[in-house]
Order: sequence, then structure tokens, then C-alpha cells
Amino acid sequence: MATGIKDKVAIIGMGCTKFGERWDVGAEELMVEAFQECLADAGIEKNEIQAAWFGTCFDEVNVGKSALPASMTLRLPNISVTRVENFCASGTEAFRGAVYAVASGAYDICLAIGAEKLKDIGYGGLPEFSSAMGTLNGLWFPNATAPGCFAMLASGYAAKYGIDMKDLKNAMAHVSAKSHANGVLNPKAHLRKAVTEDKILNAPMVAYPLGLFDCCGVSDGAACAIVTTPEIAKSMGKKDFITVKALQLSLSNGEEIQYSAWEGDHFVTTSKASAEAYKEAGIKNPREEISMMEVHDCFSITELVTMEDLHISERGKAPKDIMDGFFDLDGKIPCQVDGGLKCFGHPIGASGLRMLYEMYLQLHGRGDQRQIKDPKYGLTHNLGGFPMMNVCSVAIIGKHDV
Amino acid sequence: MVGITSYGGYIPRLRLNRMVIVQNMAWYFPVIMAVAQGEKSVANWDEDALSMAVAAAYDCVTGKDRKAIDGVYLASTTLPFSDRLNSDVVATALNTKEEGVSCADYTGSLKSGTTAAISAIESIQAGSNNNVLVVASDQRGAKMATMYEMFLGDGAAALLFGKDDVIAEFKGHFSLSCDFVDHYKACGKETDYTWEERWVRDEGYAKIIPDAVAGFLKKYGMAIGDFDKVIFPCYFKREHANIAKKLGLDPSKVQDNMHEVCGDTGTSHPFVMFISALEEAKPGDKILVASFGQGCDVLAFEMTDKIKDFKGPIGIKGSLANRVELASYQKYAKFRDLITADLGIRGEANPNTSLTTLWRNRKMILGLVGGKCKKCGTPQFPAAPVCVNPDCNAVGEMEDYEFADKPGKVLMYTGDMLSASVDPPAIYGLVGFDDGGRMFVDFTDCILEQTKVGLPIKMSFRRKYKDDMRGISGYFWKAIPQVKE
Repeated sequence: MATGIKDKVAIIGMGCTKFGERWDVGAEELMVEAFQECLADAGIEKNEIQAAWFGTCFDEVNVGKSALPASMTLRLPNISVTRVENFCASGTEAFRGAVYAVASGAYDICLAIGAEKLKDIGYGGLPEFSSAMGTLNGLWFPNATAPGCFAMLASGYAAKYGIDMKDLKNAMAHVSAKSHANGVLNPKAHLRKAVTEDKILNAPMVAYPLGLFDCCGVSDGAACAIVTTPEIAKSMGKKDFITVKALQLSLSNGEEIQYSAWEGDHFVTTSKASAEAYKEAGIKNPREEISMMEVHDCFSITELVTMEDLHISERGKAPKDIMDGFFDLDGKIPCQVDGGLKCFGHPIGASGLRMLYEMYLQLHGRGDQRQIKDPKYGLTHNLGGFPMMNVCSVAIIGKHDV
Repeated sequence: MVGITSYGGYIPRLRLNRMVIVQNMAWYFPVIMAVAQGEKSVANWDEDALSMAVAAAYDCVTGKDRKAIDGVYLASTTLPFSDRLNSDVVATALNTKEEGVSCADYTGSLKSGTTAAISAIESIQAGSNNNVLVVASDQRGAKMATMYEMFLGDGAAALLFGKDDVIAEFKGHFSLSCDFVDHYKACGKETDYTWEERWVRDEGYAKIIPDAVAGFLKKYGMAIGDFDKVIFPCYFKREHANIAKKLGLDPSKVQDNMHEVCGDTGTSHPFVMFISALEEAKPGDKILVASFGQGCDVLAFEMTDKIKDFKGPIGIKGSLANRVELASYQKYAKFRDLITADLGIRGEANPNTSLTTLWRNRKMILGLVGGKCKKCGTPQFPAAPVCVNPDCNAVGEMEDYEFADKPGKVLMYTGDMLSASVDPPAIYGLVGFDDGGRMFVDFTDCILEQTKVGLPIKMSFRRKYKDDMRGISGYFWKAIPQVKE
């Protein structure tokens, strides 16, 4: 009988670069920047790492295929390194590989590193996707982009709950304004400028109904984590260390996009992954027990709808919670404490680890100006792909003794 | 009895008022003002002769048994492929059978549509075929500020020939062939090279058509007065009337050349005009159809009683009524690649068309054939080895299920400005079919402001992409939201 991952693996070190348009450096420098911080934080030597997982998504316009870019850049000691790619969950996938390897007893100390250099393509937005979707999909999939696909969710959500698009846009604007306010407080964030809801609402349209400020930053960056067992963490003299409470993944199986039950108003995968994660972590009432969250706010509407799929807001009630300030920095469950994808930025392969990094800092009381009072559980969430076909990861971490 | 058993038409929804051309281009060539009456039909940016042919063909075979078709002939001078059977793309889009079907492209002249019809009829008369679909379609290019830009419209027409349930019996034909070169289009050229209009008019249309008609009447011992409607193309409106006079025709018996409503649709035009006549025809009516292009084909038909109860498809009348004005000459020029607008680096992406993948999935891609699970009855697209119904998940139980003619509704949508598109925003979304199944698909022939969740949709065969580097056009289906005016 499986017993889940709770408290089986400790995070003993983390690192994260400044995210942004890092014109002056490549993925290699970014990886080293995050890794050096992580090694120092863990207080171990590089040679103590026994296996590594490397997450990156758009390898074609980034580092290229395989895990060699990570192994060679970090000069890892000829250990096993695995490259993982699962859309926007790639960073969390790398973490999952390292965590499961330790939990299995195969290794004592593992590294998860995610990196993405997105700004070497010459145009705004994510890299064009048509040559990466396979030969058959290429013959028929619509001429879609990420903002367009998530914009569709707004039309489905508004139709399902009979909400006027204007009112939905107001709630979406609050989502973005809150993340901008948080980003101001974070020196590592890509975008560090407060933006008013008025400005957000009047921005040029990217994909109806998403305007420019409904979309997250496209950034370069890297983040990493070193994990081991709680026993080894203790033997290293670590006190108050952080352990993994839950780690779940859920993938679409085609029902949303091909079967006739889904109404285009929510994320099937997030509903499932979060429910499983709460069960794994022993959380009964997430609205009361989760202290803070970093969710996949690739677009404002994604964050809005995700609040319901994480079982924090009731169905159809996320706009109200948002407007009530429930997810603001001083609200009941601060969300996107570090600025989120929206303002911290979104180098895809690094994002899952960057979210964990913020939760890790907060749990250690190292949140600086953004520090939340006595956080217990931090939840992270990634959503890769499109609302109707996606990969979702949910992780929950907290102090070991909790 | 051999004759027409069904017809279908397609005039693209966009219409360009000729005064818009005049306002933009008369500074360069004022003569175009002389023919600036009415509007011309303009294919959308994602349409071409092949996609319009499929639209007309679908219209024609609505309610007919497509598996009974044993020939698909396509006539056009603007086909996307000179070596790949375009008519076979039409047949695959119609999901006809493959074995026992012969397809052929008729091209090289604006009269190739009538020539294809004669071949179809003769093959049925000879007993080698039972039901042959003849489609004509043209989307002719014209340079800016030319008479051709004024005259030419886009459109397609289809006629189904057979022996059962004939609505218009074939009564005979006569052909005249001569190398009269009023215009020509060399291989690899986008537009025609044209000779002086006065000569084309006086020595071409006004002599060749009457000569061919005279030949027909002599061959069958008939008089022009025997006919209730006479159809012949000629984009000069006045000359069209003069030819009628020359033929000794009562003006009421001349089918209008449709200059004001769509313009001359090239190879399709004799059929476009003919179908307009069929839409008004009564039992016993005799109709004479003539074409023009390196000579002239003349065909005669007599309406049977069955035309009375023939439930017309959308036809020419219906597609003419489905119109939206294209107010911008720049948009028209961009749609026809007459001007260059930057698509950005994102627009440079150009993945190759995998011909192996296309072959394996030709029914899916060209025919919009999905699957229906034999165990649980769930329609799904694409047809997958494992049924998508979570309560079924049967393995290997899919049978073909056609989505092309299934009604559906918009479930989600967007208008995307980031996507590289000839006509931004790129509108696409998820559509759900009323009888089950759904599809993530491009929308077309719509504007964002009128697109709503819940709107009914119709599927339409379109050119999905044009790979200029490798010279291949890719086709798939798009959803058209049905906006109630």
C-alpha cells in the first residue's frame, strides 16, 4: 500500500537566479548562478550529489536536447543526469525525479535544476510551437498561441457562470495588480513596477479578452533544489528543515478536448491533482490550512480559475474572493507572494522550482519585505499546455516537524 | 435518361464593391471606372479554387449517397497542384469510396468545366459510370488596377450527373475548338496576359459563341426559339446583350452575366449562371449552356418533372445572399498577396507536411472523418485506438464517423492578436457537436465581435496553410459561427 511522499524527503538547499531579460547571459551562466546559491545554501560539496534531474522545455531554441547541457555546464562528476520535459511542469518534474530517487533509497542526495533561456528567439511571447507539436497535430491544430488558448477559458468560464465579461475582467485585473504589487517587493523579480487596475483594463488586447497585463512575463532564469532524506538532513546538523508533504501530477486524457462533458470552465487536472495532494499531505480543509501559494498564473484567468480547482474558492466564487482581497499579500491565503509568473517571470523549465524557492524562503522566514507571518504549508502549482489539454503539478511543502 | 441529378454552388461570402477599387486605384488607370457597377465576390484569405470546389461539391451532394459516386471531375485554371490530382482531394474531402472511383482534373481553358460535363455525361451514356460529380472552380489572380481586377470574381459550382432522379435531362452537345488566345497564363505565372479588349469582344465572344450555338442548332435541327433560357459568359455587359441580339434571343431568355453580383467566375461561370437558371426553372423548360475559351462547348438540357420537388441546396442564390462587404481594398490586396505585410519572426515557422502522416490520416484531415465507438456510440475526433468515453475506453472499436456535415456549437473561443495571421485576430476555439464529439479548431468567415459561446457552427473545408518554400498547400476544416443578422 502506497504511503505517499509526506516527510520522506527534505529540501536542504535552494537557489534561484534573478529572472528577466538576461540579454548578457546564456542558460549556462543562469544554471551556474542558481546552482552556486543552492550549493552554498545546502552547505555540501558538488561531489556529494549522486544524481540529478534537469528540466527545460523549449530545448530547440535554448540548450538543445538531453541532460548533457546541465551535466557539462555544472561539471557534475559523471553521475546520472536525466532531462525531463512536461511543458510548464518541467521544473516540478525535475524536482519530482530527484525527490522520488531519494525516497526510493536509490540515492542519498539529489539535485533538481530547471533552466530556460527564452529570450534568444527575436520576438515577444513564447517560442512558436508549430514544429514542436508533432506531424499529425501540425496538419490540423488551430493557429493557436498560449494567450489565445487560455483566453478561451475566460469565454467558457463567463458563459458557465453567466458573468458579464466586464466583471470577469475586473477580477482578472485585480489578479494582475496584486502580483505587480508583490513583484515590487522582490529584487529577483523580472517586473518590478506597480500597475493600476485601470491601466490593466485599458491595455492593448493580446487575445480576447486577455490584455497585455493579463499575460505573464517571458523571462530567462534558472532555479534548483538539493534534496536528501530527513535522517541525513538531521545528521548534517540541519534544524527546522523543510520536507515535501505532497507531490502530485495529473494529465489530461483527452476528455476535455474530445469528450462532451467538460464545459470549458475549469481545469480537470488541477481539481484532481490538488485533491490528491491534500490527501497525501493530510490536509482536510485547504482554505483554512494552506498558508500561501505560488500558482501557475501564466494568464490572469488561469490564476482566477485555479483558485476554484485548488478547492480554495467555491465554484463560481473565485472572482468574489479575489475582489475581497483573499489572495492579496495581506489576505487570508497570499498568492503569488514573489510576484508570480506574472512578475517574477516564467522561464518555463525553472518555474516550478522558482515557486518552491519562494515557499522555501518563506518557511525559513527569509521572505524579507514579503515575509508572511508563521506560514505552515506552502503550495505550488504548474499548468502546462492548454486548458483543454494539459499537464498539472501540485506540490506542498512545510517544516519537517509540522 | 442521363442528366443532372443535383447541383450545388458556392460564392464566397466577401464582396468587394467595385467603387472601392475605383477609389483606391482609378488614379492609376481611370478606365476601370467604366465597369465599376456592383460588386465582385472575393475568396477569403484561406480559400482557393480547391477549397471552393469542395464547398460547391458538398452543397451538391447534400442528401445524396456519396458512396454511389464513381467519378469526380474538377475543372479549373487555378488549381494549387499541377501534379497531384486536385479532384482526388475533392473526392477525399467528400469521403467518397476510393475503389471504383475515377477522378480527373480538367484544366487549361475556361471552357474546361463544360468539357468535363460532356466527359461525365458520355461516361454515363457509355455505361461505365453511374454517378459523376463535375465541379468547376476558379480563383483567378489579377494585377492591381486592371480590367481583370474589375471583372473577375471567385466562385465554384457543381453538377451531379446520373441516370436516376434526373432533374434536367441532357439533350445534346456541340463543341467548337480553336486556338483563339484572348488571354493566357503561362506555367508558374500568377496572372494572365491579355490582348486588346475590342478584339477579344468582337472577334472572340461575339463570333465564337454564336458560331458554336449555330453549329448546335444545325446538328440537332432546332431553333434558338426552342429554348427558354440561354446561358453564355461574357464579362462585357454590353457585349453580352449584343451577342443575345445576334442569336435572335428575346432579352427575357438571356441569363444575366452576374457582373453586378459576383463578377465572372472563370471556369465556373457557365455553371454558376446555369445553376442560377436551374434555381428558377420549371418542368419542360429547355436550357442551352455555352462556355468560352479556345472555342466553345454548347450543351442542352430539358427540365423534368422532378425539378419541381427538388429540394434545392444552398446553391448560387443562397450563397449570393450570404454576403459581407469587404470594405478595405488593402485587405483585399493582402488576401491576394498583392502587397506584403510583415508576419514577424513568429510567422516564419514553416514545418514540413509529412506526406506519410497525411496519407495515413487522409480521411481525418481532408474528409473530417472521426470515429464512433461501436461499444458505446460516442463520436470522437480524431478517431483513436482507445475510446475517449471514460466509462468505456474500448480498444479498437472505432468506426468511421463524418463530422463535416454535423451541426455544432461554440463552446469556447478567442480572437488572438499574437498568432501570426493574414487576417488578425486569429479566431479559434473549441466546438461541440450536437450529436457528440468536439474539436479544437480554427474559425473562419466571422468577426470577433459577433462570435459568442453557444452560436451554432458549420464546418468548412479551407486552405490551412500555404508552404511557399516547398510549394504545398495544406487543407483542413474550419468552423464558421452562424451569426443571425
